[in-house]
Amino acid sequence: MTALVSVENVSQTFGPAKALDSVSLAIQPGSYTVLLGPSGSGKTTLLSILGGFLQPTTGRVLINGADCTLMAPAKRPTATVFQDYALFPHMSVGSNVAFGLRMQGVSTAERTAKAQEMLRLVGLEHAFEKKPHQLSGGQRQRVALARALVVEPAVLLLDEPLGALDLKLRRQMQDELKAIQKRVGTAFVHVTHDQEEAMALADHVVVMNHGRIEDEGSPERVYARPATRFTATFMGESTIVAGQVDAQGRIATALGVFDAPGLAAGSAACIAIRPEHVHVGPAISAIVTAVVYQGSFKRVTATPIQAPDTPLLARLPAGTPVQEGAQISLGFDPAEVIVLKD
Amino acid sequence: MMARIISTLYAAAIYGFIFLPVAVLVLFSFQGTLFPIPPFNGPSLRWYTAVLNDARLTDGLVNSLFVAVTTSAVATLLGFLSAWGFARFHLPASALLRGLITLPLTVSYLIIGMGLLIFFNWLGMPKSLIAAGIGHVVINLPLCFAIIYSQMGEHQANIERAARDLGAKEWQVLALITAPMLWPALFASFFLSMTFSWDEFVIAFLLTRFDTTLPVEIWNLLRAGLNPKTNAVGSLVFGVSIVLAIVFELVAFRKRPQ
Repeated sequence: MTALVSVENVSQTFGPAKALDSVSLAIQPGSYTVLLGPSGSGKTTLLSILGGFLQPTTGRVLINGADCTLMAPAKRPTATVFQDYALFPHMSVGSNVAFGLRMQGVSTAERTAKAQEMLRLVGLEHAFEKKPHQLSGGQRQRVALARALVVEPAVLLLDEPLGALDLKLRRQMQDELKAIQKRVGTAFVHVTHDQEEAMALADHVVVMNHGRIEDEGSPERVYARPATRFTATFMGESTIVAGQVDAQGRIATALGVFDAPGLAAGSAACIAIRPEHVHVGPAISAIVTAVVYQGSFKRVTATPIQAPDTPLLARLPAGTPVQEGAQISLGFDPAEVIVLKD
Repeated sequence: MMARIISTLYAAAIYGFIFLPVAVLVLFSFQGTLFPIPPFNGPSLRWYTAVLNDARLTDGLVNSLFVAVTTSAVATLLGFLSAWGFARFHLPASALLRGLITLPLTVSYLIIGMGLLIFFNWLGMPKSLIAAGIGHVVINLPLCFAIIYSQMGEHQANIERAARDLGAKEWQVLALITAPMLWPALFASFFLSMTFSWDEFVIAFLLTRFDTTLPVEIWNLLRAGLNPKTNAVGSLVFGVSIVLAIVFELVAFRKRPQ
């Protein structure tokens, strides 16, 4: 399958600061790609370059095989949903959605019909005559989505589209976004710093840090087998334990010895243990330092007696009797341990 | 109690000081006899009739309206475009240039008028309503610029970006998005400019000759001595100014939906 969008060795510098450092990325047709990273990781810069709002210092952007690197936003087959929605405050919702078609010279009757159809898709058919300020945040978000989708872009770019919504609405909009994407079949590229959002939405997660791509792949793969230490800590929680690779290709850490295939003997490495893989059982005696009740589980931090410098994070069943200060025995399956190069 | 009476009297004195001359002017515009001095023996509209029958005054009135409307439109348009330029583009020495564009606000009308008079003379351009109109644009442009520039924010820049992304050309962004979003500021600039142009005297006096504006015609009338006709025409000018000021206040200070 040829990529719909290819980003080739794109770098972006703002003065002395490097916002993007030789980033290459392929986006497949019909995919939902999420660019995930902390603020300053370059994810929004990359989205701006895709949308044409920024010209990269070096590198190329190809869309449908055509070089779009220097093409104006209006000319390229992308549409952007802005973080603050950027709706036209003086126009009705219907005129907002129809604006792109109006700019293309589509007749009034046709663009009204298409705008209506698009509003129906996002569940706002009743809001056609309203003004944006009469809508709630979630509704404005949907209008912004409809406005961008109505021009039938090849790629829809979403800049932290759910950032301004409260948590509950955010989770609800996530499901809707995914459903809408499935229905229209357009490739979505979505920027967020929320890893739960990324996992819920993405077919393809791109984890970014310091202007580079740390890891990319399906959310399942990126979560279960993160490529880097940063990914392991940013995508979900983990306990990181440093160790040393020995001549047999095994890594020795304070919590045990594990297989480390492919790592050079003598090199420093670390292991990551996901809290849900830690259970009550033999092997590691630890002192419980914190218990946070989270409803469906208890988030427990415990300091292993054999490794007092690496507090172990565990997600235990809600009914587990654990007390702060008490001693507990914890275990984990060595097969679940993630080995990372340092 | 005593303090309250004193403060009330003080307030009354201040408002009297400000408004009594205008009140007297308006009152004696309705005078029935030949002189605008007590005793008042009106009300009568004979002096208003006299004003409306005086071709020089009615011509001046039409000229003043024409100059006020066109120069305000030009000043608002130029102010809008320069504010947009400063708000949306990185210009070299931006702060200095912004300072320069607002500088005429601090220069007296007399200096601006004299400068333009000398400049037009040097160009060989005769005194005319157009010359005075250019002067009014010079004094009102900084004001329009300041009002409109203050209303331009980063949020609107994003909205403009969205329009561009959807295929709007630059002039369409300005005409369909930026200007309508800034409508209250544009309207306020226009009406404030009209207020200033409407009763501006010094520049119009220096830069016009045969066709001239109403304030200059009133000046000509005053040189012939006081009579209730000057009161009547003064009241008319005052009335129009009040209407313009009220419109400006309504537009500039009304609550806007988010």
